[in-house]
Amino acid sequence: MFVINCPYCGERDQSEFSCGGEAHIVRPKQPTELSDDEWAEYLFMRKNIKGVQFERWNHAHGCRKWFNMVRDTSNDKIHAVYKMDEKPPVI
Amino acid sequence: MTKYRINKTRFVDQTKTVSFTFDGKKYHGFEGDTLASALLSNGIHLVGRSFKYHRPRGIMSCGSEEPNAICQINANTDLTEPNVRATEIELYEGLKASSQNCWPSLNFDIGGINNLISPFIPAGFYYKTFMWPKSFWKKIYEPLIRLSAGLGKSPTQPDPDIYDHKHEHCDVLVIGGGISGIISAKIAAKNNLKTILIEDKNILGGSTIYQNNKNFIIDNQKSNEWLMNEISELEKLDNLIIKSRTSLAAFHSYNYLLAKENISDHLPLDKKNGSIRQRLWKIRADKVIVAAGAIERPLIFNNNDRPGIILANSVKKYLDFYGVSSGLNNIIFTNNDSAYETAVSLFEKGISVKIIDIRKKSSSNIVKNAEDLGIEIYWNSTVVNTFGYKKIKSIEIMNLSEDGSNVTGNKHKIQCDCLSISGGWTPMVHMHTQSGGKLDFREIDQVFVPSEKSENHINVGSCNGDFELEEIVKNTNNKVKKFLNINESGFDKISVLCSKELEKKNIWLLPNTISDGKTKSFIDFQNDSTAKDIKLALREGFKSIEHVKRYTTTGMATDQGKLSNMHALGIIADTAGVKMGSLGTTTFRPPFTPLTFGAIVGRSVGKFFDIVRKTSIHEWHVQNNAKFENVGQWKRPWYYPINNENLHEAVQRESKAARDSAGILDASTLGKIDIQGSDASEFLNRVYTNAWSKLGIGKCRYGLMLNEDGMVYDDGVTTRLGENHYLMTTTTGGAANVLSKLEDYLQTEWPELDVYLTSVTDHYSTASICGPNSKKILKKLFPNKDFSDEAFPHMSYQDAIIDKIECRIMRISFTGELSYEINIESKYGKSLWENCIAAGEEYKITPYGTETMHLLRAEKGFIIVGQDTDGTMTPIDLQMDWIVSKKKYDFIGKRSLYRSDTMREDRKQLVGLLTDDPNEILEEGAQIVSELDKKPVEMIGHVTSSYFSPNLNKSIALAVVKGGKKMNGQKLFVPMENKNINVTVSDFIFLDKENKRINA
Repeated sequence: MFVINCPYCGERDQSEFSCGGEAHIVRPKQPTELSDDEWAEYLFMRKNIKGVQFERWNHAHGCRKWFNMVRDTSNDKIHAVYKMDEKPPVI
Repeated sequence: MTKYRINKTRFVDQTKTVSFTFDGKKYHGFEGDTLASALLSNGIHLVGRSFKYHRPRGIMSCGSEEPNAICQINANTDLTEPNVRATEIELYEGLKASSQNCWPSLNFDIGGINNLISPFIPAGFYYKTFMWPKSFWKKIYEPLIRLSAGLGKSPTQPDPDIYDHKHEHCDVLVIGGGISGIISAKIAAKNNLKTILIEDKNILGGSTIYQNNKNFIIDNQKSNEWLMNEISELEKLDNLIIKSRTSLAAFHSYNYLLAKENISDHLPLDKKNGSIRQRLWKIRADKVIVAAGAIERPLIFNNNDRPGIILANSVKKYLDFYGVSSGLNNIIFTNNDSAYETAVSLFEKGISVKIIDIRKKSSSNIVKNAEDLGIEIYWNSTVVNTFGYKKIKSIEIMNLSEDGSNVTGNKHKIQCDCLSISGGWTPMVHMHTQSGGKLDFREIDQVFVPSEKSENHINVGSCNGDFELEEIVKNTNNKVKKFLNINESGFDKISVLCSKELEKKNIWLLPNTISDGKTKSFIDFQNDSTAKDIKLALREGFKSIEHVKRYTTTGMATDQGKLSNMHALGIIADTAGVKMGSLGTTTFRPPFTPLTFGAIVGRSVGKFFDIVRKTSIHEWHVQNNAKFENVGQWKRPWYYPINNENLHEAVQRESKAARDSAGILDASTLGKIDIQGSDASEFLNRVYTNAWSKLGIGKCRYGLMLNEDGMVYDDGVTTRLGENHYLMTTTTGGAANVLSKLEDYLQTEWPELDVYLTSVTDHYSTASICGPNSKKILKKLFPNKDFSDEAFPHMSYQDAIIDKIECRIMRISFTGELSYEINIESKYGKSLWENCIAAGEEYKITPYGTETMHLLRAEKGFIIVGQDTDGTMTPIDLQMDWIVSKKKYDFIGKRSLYRSDTMREDRKQLVGLLTDDPNEILEEGAQIVSELDKKPVEMIGHVTSSYFSPNLNKSIALAVVKGGKKMNGQKLFVPMENKNINVTVSDFIFLDKENKRINA
């Protein structure tokens, strides 16, 4: 079980958080302009990387804030946490 | 003293006799004994029958690796526990233990016949045999197998014991209280680090604590004497917590560890005094030092499982720790030096001992020691068979060929009553790998050792592959200092002398004169898998170690293969001709030793198992005989039976009352989200399918919320309380998820919106009054309010005051009746409810529960999200096109409504179903077919809601049917177990299609 450094609250146990899947998938501004395939790409297609992955996390049982996290899925090492409006770090 | 208790030690108090029973017979041991040592002191080796062949089995080890000596404790009581290792149970007065997996008795077990027919039950036997005929499985095969298989018996009564959880944080956690753990803990604690040392035994010291050989000297003392002094110094340190009887269960990432402490298992029943039985420690450690030690390996040869065959170091522990000799005529069979310590110790106590060594020679000090004493050693030899059914009586040995692959010469028979075996040592790398660490294979010792990568933990001592005393002490000191950034320690100038092993030899499967197929060379003693089984699996094409493990069940017993896994790997590697290191290992999963369910759940039992949410009106419901239904964590009144009414009768009465006069429902559990901010209207526009901008202040509107995939997610009525202020209601079960989803969009997709969400579900209680007389009741409650349709129309809200308390009245309806919902601060909920009941008395106001609510809304064809939908229904499927805005540019899920899949016309669509027999009530979930004769029968839909409607006096149902929209009037069938029910597709609004009652 990880210790996650919530950008708003500090270090907390993983049990307080929930994972929201891959980060930096932006909802299209004009969904109606998209083809079925383009929409499906946004809707369904997610990476499942063994290695460094950018993820969304929610401090569900804490401040309820969403933030991003860079985690190596092969060893659970957390490389960075950053707020939603911050640029992803170069890992 | 019995004839096997030949030695006095400081660990067993021979002045304190403890009596216990085994299989109903009374025996004596001493304080400090384990059940195993006490049994051995009484000359008892036979303690169980093996799992598959029911072969007699004896105590084999002295710790958690024990595969054979597993017992049922306190059988037939509520305290009973199965599969407990006799080697770990501390003896207490009155302990009742019994053997397992034998019937009718340990000494005569009918299942032993499996041993005779064993050539016919190879690996995979059950998979291969009991397949045909199929009908035999349920009635013949399974009951028979269940009768003769299985280990202990699980308790049938609730566990009366108390279990506990505790969270702990420390700078350094040391796992294992052997010599390297003690050195590590002392260095850490002396350097002002908050340190916890856990040890699964009741006494610290590991195997060094009984290492009393003159060849092992630390600072001019025998190693055990030196360690005793270290332990007494350790106990004086302030910032060190020593937790004995505490075993590590799991080592998770980020140094999060679980350890189980046995608090009162070793106490007699009358001395437990209601104390906690076990405590699960949840430890978050900054640094972890694993000093878990190593486990001695058996040797794999024909009939290597007889009672009286014991691991050599365990024989030494029974002798020098418990004072018990496992036999009086011992033979030691080894491939390494460590077993010579056992031989010397036995010899020094006057017990007959001979040694068989597969090596050609060994020139170490300890071997010389044995030779000097005159102990007879058979070099370059192996055991090829053993004899004695319930206890070993003799063995046959032969010489090994030059390369060790075969046996030569004549068989030589030797009498014995105990055979001590040692196949070397396996480092306990479980903790290291559980935490994510990798392993390297060290060829010379044939062991997997941790490859150090982690910054947060290290392995020291024999679990790291350091087997010799000198390297254990020195390497531990150096590694711990480096790990903790410490320059010097009290162990820097220590002098260690020890015997060093120079000649090494390992043969995973010892050769024999007879073929593998005819030997019984056990690898996994508990699951009865043999070398033959492994080879068979390979011949049948299994290659991966994980597959071989599962096919042969090697390593899958309660001991998790602590003794067997390495041999299985070794034999696979040898047979397949590959390097062992390239095979890898099976995965080491927690827990290291079995955990009780009690320890896992701790205090979360009974009423603490889950949170129970009750509305402020709950007590009234209880007093008025409500039956409750669980909705999420909420307790909701289900129905209110009067005079022994059953569910059906009560619901019929309640629903009739609600339509004929007045009914009242506790609607407090509906999720309520307060939405404020200048962009609140825009926000609702984006999350609901319909338009919100033009909703007037004081008005209510029903909304449907989709997922981005276009499927219905939630619904509810939202009220505009002010220009920038809304109150959203959600389904009872969906409240938390809806809030979390809305927050997600607000924070991540639309951070520019000025909107704030607050859950107010628990802040307000809601009484919902419906029926033609509801307006009259409201007038009585709020005499100053104008309830005319003009002043207070349907789908609007007004503030009001009752008993000087502010409340909100919404005129909204989930039943199709004229209906009002009164929201009031929760603490006044019960008082409001009682006022409503009093005011409604003259109209026979009838409280109704969720079942009646479901019936009433079904009559009107209103869906319940989660009952009539299942995450695959779009609003179009539900025939709710009317609520999907065509004008709005975007809302959550809009684009998905135009995907080719969601536009298919043969999707399951919501319809009404009427049974041809109006008294026939369909079962919810029942499948619907259009053709009965066509095989295979195509299931075209299922019933989602079904009731007998007292207001229509017939059975009604909602269902989803493929292409149902166009099937109105069509005949379909609902096949049940005994009959086919004829049904007709109908409109799903069964009652008051014109919506007249809403303004009645």
